Amino acid sequence: MDTSFSEQDIAFRDEVRAFFAASYDEELRSRAANVDTFKAAVVEWQRRLHKQGWIAPGWPVEHGGTGWNSTQKFIYESERAAAGVRDVVPFGLTMVAPVIYTFGTDEQKEKFLPRILATDDWWCQGYSEPGSGSDLASLKTKAEVDGDDYIINGAKVWTTYAQYADWIFCLVRTSSEGRKQQGITFLLIDMKTPGITVNPIVSIDNHHSLNEVVFENVRVPMANRIGEQDKGWTYAKALLAHERTGIAGVADSIRNLGEVRRFAEQEVNGGKTLASDPMFQSRLSNIEIELMALEYTELRVLATVAAGGAPGAESSMLKIKGTEIQQAIQSLRMEVAAYYQGVLPNDLAEEQLGHSFGSAARQSYMYGRAATVYGGSNEIQKNIIAKAVLGL
Amino acid sequence: MNFDFTEEQIMLRDSVERYMREDYDFEKRREIADSEQGMSADNWQTFADLGWLSIPFAEEHGGFGGSATDTMLVMEEFGKGLLIEPYLATVLLFGAALQKGGNKEVQDTLIPKIIDGSCLGALAYLERQSRFELSDVLTTAVADSDGYRLNGEKVVVFNGANADQLIVSARTSGEQSDEDGISLFLVAASAAGVECSSYKMMDGQRVANIVLKDVSVSADKLLGELGGGHEILTAVEMEANLALAAEALGIMGQLNAKTLEYTKTREQFSVAISSFQALQHRMVDTFMDYEQTKSLLYRAVCAMTNGEEDAATAIHALKVMVDRAGTRIYAEAIQLHGGMGLTDELDVGHYAKRLMMIITTFGNGDYHQAKFNAIRYN
Ligand SMILES: Cc1cc2nc3c(=O)[nH]c(=O)nc-3n(C[C@H](O)[C@H](O)[C@H](O)COP(=O)(O)OP(=O)(O)OC[C@H]3O[C@@H](n4cnc5c(N)ncnc54)[C@H](O)[C@@H]3O)c2cc1C
Repeated sequence: MDTSFSEQDIAFRDEVRAFFAASYDEELRSRAANVDTFKAAVVEWQRRLHKQGWIAPGWPVEHGGTGWNSTQKFIYESERAAAGVRDVVPFGLTMVAPVIYTFGTDEQKEKFLPRILATDDWWCQGYSEPGSGSDLASLKTKAEVDGDDYIINGAKVWTTYAQYADWIFCLVRTSSEGRKQQGITFLLIDMKTPGITVNPIVSIDNHHSLNEVVFENVRVPMANRIGEQDKGWTYAKALLAHERTGIAGVADSIRNLGEVRRFAEQEVNGGKTLASDPMFQSRLSNIEIELMALEYTELRVLATVAAGGAPGAESSMLKIKGTEIQQAIQSLRMEVAAYYQGVLPNDLAEEQLGHSFGSAARQSYMYGRAATVYGGSNEIQKNIIAKAVLGL
Repeated sequence: MNFDFTEEQIMLRDSVERYMREDYDFEKRREIADSEQGMSADNWQTFADLGWLSIPFAEEHGGFGGSATDTMLVMEEFGKGLLIEPYLATVLLFGAALQKGGNKEVQDTLIPKIIDGSCLGALAYLERQSRFELSDVLTTAVADSDGYRLNGEKVVVFNGANADQLIVSARTSGEQSDEDGISLFLVAASAAGVECSSYKMMDGQRVANIVLKDVSVSADKLLGELGGGHEILTAVEMEANLALAAEALGIMGQLNAKTLEYTKTREQFSVAISSFQALQHRMVDTFMDYEQTKSLLYRAVCAMTNGEEDAATAIHALKVMVDRAGTRIYAEAIQLHGGMGLTDELDVGHYAKRLMMIITTFGNGDYHQAKFNAIRYN
């Protein structure tokens, strides 16, 4: 048992720290926070990371990964979060890419992977449907064979960033025989294909990131199929494990908790700062203690993975605890903001309004409700642990 | 001892219930919330015609002379229908402060106008630095030959932009957080030196920051005793907390009912999701949260009505409960609706946001728990 850093680790840390300080500037930060400039800013940032060679720490080296060991990945992630640098958009880099490099053909790897690394394509994930959320395998969007193509009909929903996307990776039904998990096929679909309509869904944070994506006789070449027809569920499941490691968001939570604490040091009630209020301190420490534990839970899981083990059901625990902590921090930030949590974005200058973070606190709190719903809801994660770990 | 309502109270409640159900549907409410004013003048006139604006006022001013129970019943129905018009601001804050502090002349002119719907009011009690402390007042009122001269800034004033008249708390003596030395003044929104910047809150209501620059008010616009404003504010706040808790209860009931209904119709894994015990137990918990909140509300209303000494304790307890139970209820409502719960289109998120605003108004759960602790254990 030893979790101390070696000299090389510390040198690596300093290098990462210096890079973030120099490259993720204020201008980029504020453009990424603005809906109108969000996409351009993210693309620009991800290209800077790509140039640095750090865009895909999780990928195998031969496809463009960094070759870092798990300590280095941990350091990188901690430094990124501590510097308040946004994480990469996951749909291409950490969701579909592992499926492509694990199960794709050579042509698919050549066609898609370099463009994902360079953020030349923006991807979105087309899994959920109006009737199929937690019970994803019941999905109904239909793909019928027509010569060398599939013809797609149906609808996907809750598709994050579909409005920006060049490509969507989809699970579609190619057969209704046998178990529902059989007969699902994994397809990569060009969003410019005729017959695709994207309808916006405004969420409770008053933003538009969600969409409904409707397919009407959309023609997709078979060359865009991953692996075999009817085997898509297997590939998707492999991807889900990827999706959940790192979902704990420990490093970001550490930073966000620190930020709440700083806000609380400036908030005064009856002559005393909120940060000095014993009740508030207990709220902070309740979260911090969970977070201290979760950081080590995550390290233990990563150590198992590094030793060749599978992340398995432990990743469900990271997801549950991680999202609960995220929500607790968001909620505490709301408490600090008091009345100002209610302020909708408006034209008033900060001095005029009298507050700087209330509106942003609410946005992340409201959107943050989703963290216990998406990526397999926390109830579903508990079902997984009950079954796979407790053997119930 | 009983928990029955009088026939008159039941009629009043039913009239509000019917109106909210038939004439105040969610889509109409959304249009009102999206409008520049953030309220409907027509609706307001209807409320006047139906007598709702008269409920808490004394009969001598044309009021209904209603009790805390009457207000509770009305507010619970307003909560169910997510009322957006400034009933709280005009009737229960501004109106109550007038009723408690105004001299006869001011009362005689303004209260009938509130009742007939022609005067909208606001109580400007918050400042940037004050957080939840009513006594933290930096705005000053200095006596001069004409009366008083006000300088300072009030923030998050409910109905601040639509109000014709404001009641402003200002310091006439003492230090920043002293309870003594705060005075209340009636200020016309159109008075010279009153600058108002309005903005919208997450629950759709419009509020304003109001800057006062050398605003001159005559001596008869002082409400209550010079330096005695804090006592009036506290009394107004206590009653308003009961009303807000009743509104919260209405919302909690709706959220629970909507969630129960949704889980019965939403199918996953070929069954209604309400058949999952994990979800059943959660809905049982939120059902109990609702009942417990109702009990504390009744307890506090009874304590208030009977003038019991520990009414304040009960109200602090109630505000703590509204925070804890309310938060659990809206969080579960969103969670159990899955992706649907995250949409702006569904009413659930809007109920949640109004509840969140209520929880924060006049102090959140932690704030009231500290007050409760101080009374009970110090
Ligand atoms: C902000 C956001 C972004 C998203 N982005 C994407 C995306 O980019 N691409 C995509 O494909 N999908 C996306 N999703 C969809 C997400 O994966 C689904 O919302 C999720 O799978 C839940 O499905 P549902 O919304 O249909 O809820 P339901 O499955 O209807 O669930 C409703 C409630 O029932 C509970 N429940 C369901 N089954 C059980 C059970 N067996 N036991 C106990 N409780 C149960 C759930 O936990 C939930 O609380 C996103 C969702 C959100 C909110």
